Formats: sequence, structure tokens, C-alpha cells
Amino acid sequence: MITLDHYLYLSAILFFIGVFGVLFRRNLIVILMSIELMLNAVNLSFIAFSRYTASMDGHVFAFFVMAVAAAEAGIGLAILVMLFRNRRTVQADDLTLMRD
Amino acid sequence: MEAVAFYIIAAIAVFGALLMITRRNPLAGAFSLVVSLIALAGIYAMLRAELIFILQILVYAGAIMVLVIFTIMLLNLREEELEEPPAGKIKTLIILAAVAFGCYGIIKVLSGAPDEVPRVPENFGSVEKVGELMLTSYLYPFEIISVVLLVAIVGVVLLAKKVI
Amino acid sequence: MNLELLEGCTREMAENLIIIAKTLFVIAMAFGFLLVVIWFERKGSAFIQDRVGPNRAAILGVRLAGFIQNFADVTKLIMKEMFIPGEVNRIYFILAPFIGFTFILTSFAVIPFADNLRIGGFDIPMQVADLNVGVLYILAITSLNVYGIVLAGWSSNNKFSLLGGLRSTAQMISYEIPLGLSIVGIFMVFGSLHLNEIVRAQGELLFGFLPRWGIFVQPLGFIIFISAAYAEANRTPFDIPEGESEIVAGYHVEYSGMRFALFYMGEYIALVLSSALVVTLFFGGWQIPYLDTSDLIRHASVVLKVLLLGGAAMSLAAAIAFIGYAKRLKGTWGDIHDREGHVLTTFAVLALAVFLVVLFWLWNVEFPDWAARTIALISQVGMFLIKVLFFGWLFIWVRWTLPRFRYDQLMGLGWKALIPLSFINILISGLVILLVQR
Repeated sequence: MITLDHYLYLSAILFFIGVFGVLFRRNLIVILMSIELMLNAVNLSFIAFSRYTASMDGHVFAFFVMAVAAAEAGIGLAILVMLFRNRRTVQADDLTLMRD
Repeated sequence: MEAVAFYIIAAIAVFGALLMITRRNPLAGAFSLVVSLIALAGIYAMLRAELIFILQILVYAGAIMVLVIFTIMLLNLREEELEEPPAGKIKTLIILAAVAFGCYGIIKVLSGAPDEVPRVPENFGSVEKVGELMLTSYLYPFEIISVVLLVAIVGVVLLAKKVI
Repeated sequence: MNLELLEGCTREMAENLIIIAKTLFVIAMAFGFLLVVIWFERKGSAFIQDRVGPNRAAILGVRLAGFIQNFADVTKLIMKEMFIPGEVNRIYFILAPFIGFTFILTSFAVIPFADNLRIGGFDIPMQVADLNVGVLYILAITSLNVYGIVLAGWSSNNKFSLLGGLRSTAQMISYEIPLGLSIVGIFMVFGSLHLNEIVRAQGELLFGFLPRWGIFVQPLGFIIFISAAYAEANRTPFDIPEGESEIVAGYHVEYSGMRFALFYMGEYIALVLSSALVVTLFFGGWQIPYLDTSDLIRHASVVLKVLLLGGAAMSLAAAIAFIGYAKRLKGTWGDIHDREGHVLTTFAVLALAVFLVVLFWLWNVEFPDWAARTIALISQVGMFLIKVLFFGWLFIWVRWTLPRFRYDQLMGLGWKALIPLSFINILISGLVILLVQR
């Protein structure tokens, strides 16, 4: 018997793997992918809640999250390509122009 | 039967996500994330979310991740060295995780979602039903999302252009 | 109680058996088309370039106009060493061919090849997976198909492979958009995503004489769709990912043996899938023009007689042609090959005899309901196969007629022509539907 808890814990685990990736990886592309993973974890809770309350609003939210994720990925990758063109690196540690 | 399927798919999803953040090669990481995303699509199918299941594969696995992989191949990124995570950060992370898991319990109690699976009509989560909801109750958010996407398109074209 | 349980059990078993049978049929259909299409490619290109094409490989002297060459090729590819170069990423290198091939084969699951068969209390949909999101499922699965190519290109650790993979990714994500947008018009007209319902809706008549096929209600959508489908299947004029004269075959340079064969077969199965999709969406799928399922069932005995007579006439024509062929062949080879004409003639005469015997036997038989339904099913499956075969041939015709695009032309066509056109198509379709409904 799979309850709502199962889905929520899976969602939480995935979310924290994403947080871990953002905190400990220095490659900007991996950080971007971790953010995508976190958005997915949120989507999973939306869908699970939606199923267990028998209303489809969660599906609409998940759809919106996907649209925002697509926009975010597009913009993020464009910024990355520009960064790489100008600085020849995508490591977060090397991009310290604003700090120095 | 359903429980076995859930545990297998969940294990694949978690395993793919873990590989994603631990692979030194970004491209290998991206492929593991694709596996994880497809497994999540399977979980959506178990939750009777037909439209979201298809969109997960079509948009996430089929478009966003292809774009990411394309960028990695375009920039020709090599393997990188992984450094040891500092102890302070790990402590923060554990505290955050504990708080979040606690919050999940609270949300669950407050939302009053039942433990047993409610009966839903045959066309729950179908394209027609979700589309109907999107164009009635959620019309304004829907329109705003289209503007967000338009802004993103314009922004990307501007960013990627060599000479403006 | 026990009896009911038993009945439930056998019913469930029967349903499972039906699903297995349908799956096997679809896989057999895909591989059968694969052989025929590869033969088309060989002989068709030879015909277009005015040469002979494969004509040596034979089983006991029977060459079947080069069809036996396929089996020789398969034998060669199985016997060949599957070489793994050094410095490749082994896991991904081995995984890549399977990914592409598997995804393509799974997308056949939602293609309907006949109307629902109502038999013995069952209502069997004639597609493996009866999904409501039909077309979207195919789009989703084909979008995953890129991974096989990308993985192959990247893991080979070869500059040409990587370039081929890059080109292919760019091309596939560009052409997925017009591919998806061009069928929005079809959804709007037929009001469903379910492929079998789309096909059923195409059985009606437009203005009383024209079948309501997708091409007649969505001509612009058809042009966009077929261009994008050619690009998705990596066929000329869009075969830049494997432009053999520029990047020595692209993403699969480093592959050999059966792993290469998987890519090769995947490409042709993608071709068959594209033609099946074109047929389903725009050419009425399994619909026989002017004859819907109830007509076919009602006039089952006439249908069967026509089919048998047609078969008899065709085998008679074949027999006459083969007799002439046998005369011309006499003494040209001086060995076992000379017998081919006689063998073929014998088979044609045998087929003629079988058709005639069955025809006389069934001339006055009154068909029960299940037999009538089965005959309708068979004629619809036959119609579907013939249509798909024609579009498979069209792919090959186009490939050997048109030259390859340049890369910037390809991207320009996708983004600047096809996408705006498909938006215009959606707009016009919406307006027309609104006016018609008024």
C-alpha cells in the first residue's frame, strides 16, 4: 500500500539531492541541472497531492512549473554560453569579478 | 504489485539523481539525470497524471535535457576534480533537511489529505480535463506563462547573438 | 462461484494472449517492412540511377530480384567482429545503439492498424497500447531518440562522431517543433489525440464525395509534417548528421558488426514509423475509401471474393511474366541460377491454384458474424500495409532525387519557414472551424 507519505518522502529526498548539488558542485551546468531536479521534486509533490485530494489543480501547477523550468533552462544555458565565450570557463569559483 | 513498482521506480529516480551530482563528467551526469526524469515520469503515470506524464518526457527529457547536453557538447567540457565538501556546509544541509522533513509532516496534517487513495473519474488527468481547467480557472496564469516564455525567447536570442 | 472464477481467469488469460499476439504482430510488421524498405532502397536507387543493383545473392538459385541480398547482409553483420576502439567510454558506447533502436520500436505501440474487433464479447482495439494521448506519446518517444545518437557521438571519442552527434541534436530539436505544431491542426479538426479515433473520423465523406482524410482538410499541415518527418528520420535532403562526404558517416563511424546494424535498422524503422504516422494522420490509416467497417462486415463475402479474384488475377499475371523470364534466363548463367524462372513460375501457378480452389470452395458459403468481422479486419490491415509501403517508397524516391541541404539552409528552413507556416496553419484552421460551426 503506497500512501501519500511515500511520494512526499521521495520528493523530499530528490529535493535534497538537488540542494546538495547546488551547494557542493562548482560546475555551473551541474548546478543548473540540480535546480531542474529540485523543480521536479516539487512537481512530484504537486501531482501526489493532486491525486490524493482528487482535484486536478496540481496538474496545472506542475504544467506551469515545467514552462518556467523550460524558460529558465533556455536563459541559463544562453548565459552560460556567453560566459564561456568571454571567460573560457563555467566553474563558479573562477567567476569572482564582482567580488574582487 | 503497485508497491513493488513504486519502490523500483523510486530507487531508479534517486539513484539517477545521486549519480548526477557525483559524476565528474558533466555529460555523464546529464545522462543520469535523464534516467531519473524518465523514472519520475513513470511515477506520474502511477498517479494517473496522463498529461503530465507525457509532458515530463516531451519537455524535460526530450527538450530541456537535450538542450543541456547540446550545450555541454558545444562547450566541450572536460572532467573536473571534485573537492571534499566542507564540514560546515554539511551540518547546515542536515539541519535544513531535518526542518524540511518536519515541514512535510506539518503540511500533510494541515492539508487533510487522506491516506487511502480516493476514487477518481476515468478521465482524471487527461489532456481534455486539465486543458479545460487551464483555460477556465487558471486562464490568467496561463496567459502570463506564455508571456514568460516569450520574454525568455527574446532574452535568449539577444544573449546568444554575437553582435547586437 | 468456482465456475465464474474460472471464467474470469480464462478471460484474463485470453486478454493477455491477445496483447502478446498484437505485440508480436507489430514487431513482425516492423521487421518485415524493414526488409522490404531496405530492398526498396537498393533496387530503387539502382532503378533511379539506371544500374542493376544487387543481383547475385541467391538461395538455391532464387534471387527474388535482389531481396535475398538482405539475408546475406544480415549474416555478414552477425559474423563480423564488434570492435570496441580504445579510449572510448565503454558503458555508453555499448548502450547507445540499443537506446535508439528500442525507443523507435516502442513508438509503434500506439499506431492502429485496423478498426476495433468485436468478437466473442471482447472489444479489441487493434493497437498494442490504447493510449488517449496517442500522438503525443509518439512525439515524446521520438524526442528521446536523440539520446542514442548523442551518446554514440560523444562516447566514440572521435571528432567526426562528435560533430555528427552535435549536428543531429541541433537538427532534431529544431524540427521537433514544426513536427508537433503541424499536427495541432489535425487535433483541432478531428477533436481527439487518440490515433484510432482520428482514423475513424477520417472515414466520413467531405462534400459527399471526398473522403475526409487529413490531407484534404489540412494540406499545409501535411506539407510541413512530411518535411519535418523526413528531417526527424535523418533522411536526405536532411541527412546532414551522417553526411558521408563531409564527416565520414557521422555518429556511427566507430561502430561495427551488429552494433552498427542496430543504428542502420533503427534508421529504416524510423522511416517506416514516419510513413505509418503520415498514413495514420493524413491518409486515413486503415480506412478503405468509401467503405467503412460496417459496410465491410455486411458485404464480407463480396469483399472476400474480390480479394481472392484480385489475388488470382495477380498470380496469373505473375505466372505469365515468369514464364517469359524463364525463357530469357535459359542458359545465361549455365548453373543453378537458371532455374529461378521455373521456380518462380511454379510458385505463381501454385498460388493461382490455391486462390481458385478457395474461391470455389467459399463461393456459396454463408459467413457467420465472426468470420465476416475477421475478413473486414484483414482487408483493413492489408489497406494499411499497402499505404505504408507506398510512403516508404516515397521516402526512397525523395532520397535518390533531391540533393542534400547545406547546414545553414537546413536551419533556416526549419526556423524561418516551417515554424511560422505551422502557426499560420493553426490560425487558419481555427478560423475555418469557427466559421463552419457557426
